[in-house]
This record gives sequence, structure tokens and C-alpha cells, in this order.
Amino acid sequence: MLAKRVIPCLDVHDRQVTRGVKFGLAEKGQLRNVGDPVALALEYNRQGADEMVFYDITASAHGRGTMVEVIEQVASQCFMPLTVGGGIRTVEDMNTMLHAGADKVSINSSALATPELIHAGAEKFGSQCIVVSIDAKRVAPDRWEVFSHGGRKPTGLEAVAWAERAVSLGAGEIVLNSIDADGTKAGYDLEITRHISERVGVPVVASGGAGKLEHLAEVLERGKADAVLAASIFHFGEFTVGDVKQFLAQRGIPVRLL
Amino acid sequence: MIALIDYGAGNLRSVHKALVHVGANVQLVTRPAELSAAAAVVLPGVGAFDDCLNALQRQELFSACREFIRTGRPFLGICVGYQALFERSEEFNSKAPGLGVFQGRVVRFSGTGGLKVPQIGWNQLEILQPDCPLFRGISDGSFVYFVHSYYPLPSDPAIVAARTDYGEAFASAAWHGNVFATQFHPEKSQAVGLRLLRNFVDHVGSGPTD
Repeated sequence: MLAKRVIPCLDVHDRQVTRGVKFGLAEKGQLRNVGDPVALALEYNRQGADEMVFYDITASAHGRGTMVEVIEQVASQCFMPLTVGGGIRTVEDMNTMLHAGADKVSINSSALATPELIHAGAEKFGSQCIVVSIDAKRVAPDRWEVFSHGGRKPTGLEAVAWAERAVSLGAGEIVLNSIDADGTKAGYDLEITRHISERVGVPVVASGGAGKLEHLAEVLERGKADAVLAASIFHFGEFTVGDVKQFLAQRGIPVRLL
Repeated sequence: MIALIDYGAGNLRSVHKALVHVGANVQLVTRPAELSAAAAVVLPGVGAFDDCLNALQRQELFSACREFIRTGRPFLGICVGYQALFERSEEFNSKAPGLGVFQGRVVRFSGTGGLKVPQIGWNQLEILQPDCPLFRGISDGSFVYFVHSYYPLPSDPAIVAARTDYGEAFASAAWHGNVFATQFHPEKSQAVGLRLLRNFVDHVGSGPTD
């Protein structure tokens, strides 16, 4: 049986894993450093993470250079799927990250600006390489809008429609991040996760809002997510990946136990 | 020396790193002449069937791979490198003939019951041939990493070394003589995958030298 995946997410800034408490605070200096990305990746590898996601939250030319080094080092020691996002704007950027050892690239604002990038990437590297990450915010009782640029710019696009379009252009996976839930530790946005998961034929990874083990279980069960992404609960040592999987297994959710 | 076929496959570097990690003497190979000195061949792959087969044809490695397998030396195909061993694919618009080492065709998941296609993630092996050298020390039910929309339907059930269930039970590993192949990615399957690759490398080392 296909296991539900548990994916630690590492936001990398100046070669440090950091964690802001709320969307868009990176540039205001409101970040907490939580460690060296390679050391953390090795630890999550040991704990039995199913994949890892690295976001370059500086996304400057210098930031990308350090990210390439990080991915090269992680890929030669961790034999699991690795995804890289942040600042990937061209097929050439994708190629650089895949060449460094990433298995998938995650695009967000650049896909919104140039939807053709999804298609171009899928054609060149295969759909399985192309993850489209969506930052969605609830703007009405039954409407979620897509925001770009780290959750700062409204796009006018409705989240389910954009997810469907991204998949039709060749996205092999959707990462759905709730702007409302992110950093709150109050649980994932189950509704929009379920709406999108029921409408697209590719896996959906839920992101934003994990605070308790219960949250991860409910977004897999009621939110119908195929995988859960979390950062703070792992970085600050509240739970290990193993703790999460034990809990999910006890709930009858299929997971890969070491 | 184990020859790792370099035809531009997306997982080439991951497979290379994993083989080096388990102690193999690996060499990237782009031309048929380089196969003569190889003790074994690994054919990686990810993406489209035709891209793989057309690239092998362009580099004159298509016949060279078939010839290499005929000599009886160990051969390992991974993902599309596994599918390539069959006769043909039902992938959309596929025209390229497969290597035809195994009889059968490559088909798509039906996606029935709301299952997502591609299958992405960790799924379990039901090991049908525990004496297959690849599975030494690997227990039945182990999880390995898959990324694929298509899988081979072997005509001969005797070559199926392991099965996996994703809506339908499919042949997730095949074995006949010295030809080994996996639909999953051992290079991305953590300890289980590294063990499988080490088993292959040990098998190469223990076999008769040519």
C-alpha cells in the first residue's frame, strides 16, 4: 500500500535554516536560526523522513549559489527524494538544481508570472520533476485566492482553478500552503486541501499550520492530502519524524516505519 | 568496473552517487566500445520510454546493451531502464521499439478508485523470489520509492521477482538469469535501496570474471 509521506521543510537563508513565525517576515529580520541545513537534513534522514524540501528564501544570485552547494552535499549523503524551491525562474534554473542532485523543483511566483514555465519544465524533465507550490488565502466563506511573492501579492486567481490549470500544464505534484494557517500551529486548512485534492489527479502535499500530531492526521484523513509538510514542529525538537509516523500508524494511516 | 549508461537520464547522478556510496567502481559510459571492459551494466532512467530508447539508438547503445546481456554479464535496469527491457510501450504516441530482452509491453495505471497517477511515494514489495540475489537481507513488505505512471506487463510470470499493489498488483522487480530490473528507485530508497544496490555490486564481484 502506498504510504502517506511525512516531509520536513527547510527554509534556507544565508546557508542557515531559518523559521519565520508568519508569512513575509523574512525581510524584516524576524527569523529564528535553527541550524545548518546539511546537518539537519542528515538528522531527518536518520529519523526516516520520506522526502525533504528546501526553500531558498533569499533567492538572490548569491543565495542560489549556496543552495546548490547545500543540495550537492545533501544528495551525496541522503538517498531520498529532494525538492528545491525558491527563485527558480527558468528551465536553466531547474536544470542547475536537478544537476546538483535535486529530484524535483518547486515553482510558485514564477509559474504564476509565466505558466508556460510549468509546461516547458515538464516537457524537458518530466512531470514528476515539476512541483507547483500554491500559497492560498481564504477571502470569502467559500473562496480561496492565490497570492504570489511569498504571500504578499494577490493574483485574483481562485486556488482550485489555478491548481487544475497547473496540472493540465504538466505539474506532477501540488504543494498547497495556507497563508491563514501558516505559522499559527492551529492546524492545516482542511477545506481547501480537500477541494484541491479531490479535483486534481496528482498528489497534493499539505503545508502550513502543523502544531500538534492530530493536525497531521486530520489533513491526511479529512483533508485527503497525500503527504504532509512541516517545519517548526521538527526544527524545534517538539516531535521527531518517527514520533509523527508512530502516531499516524496508530490512527490506521499507512506510513513507512523504519 | 560497473558501466553506468549515460544517455542523459534524469537520475544518472543519483544512481552514480548511490553506487559509489556502496563501494562500486563505477564508470559513466556514453559509447558502445566502453562496454567491452565492463563487468556489469546499470541502465538508469526516469521520464519517457521513447526518450530513453531513442537516446540509446542515437548513441549506438541499443544493440550494445542487447549484445552485453547476451554475454551473460550482470545487467540492472532502473525505472525507465527497466521498462526499456520490454518490447514496446503504450505510452502516448510511443513508437520506439524496446530492447525486447523480456517479452511484454509497458502499460499505464488505470487510476481507478481515485488513485493518483503518477504513483509518487513509498510502496511495499511483496517478494516473490526471495532467492533473487538483489533481495538478500531485504524483508518482504519493505518500502521502496516509486515515481511512475507506467509499468511493464511481463508475458512470462516466472520473471516477476517482486510485486507491488497500487490499485492493481504490478511487477515491481524482474529477474531472469543475470538480468535484474526494478520499477522503483533504489538510489532514492534509503537503507533498503542501498542494500539492494550493494547486493548487486556484491553479485557482480562474486560472479565469474569474463
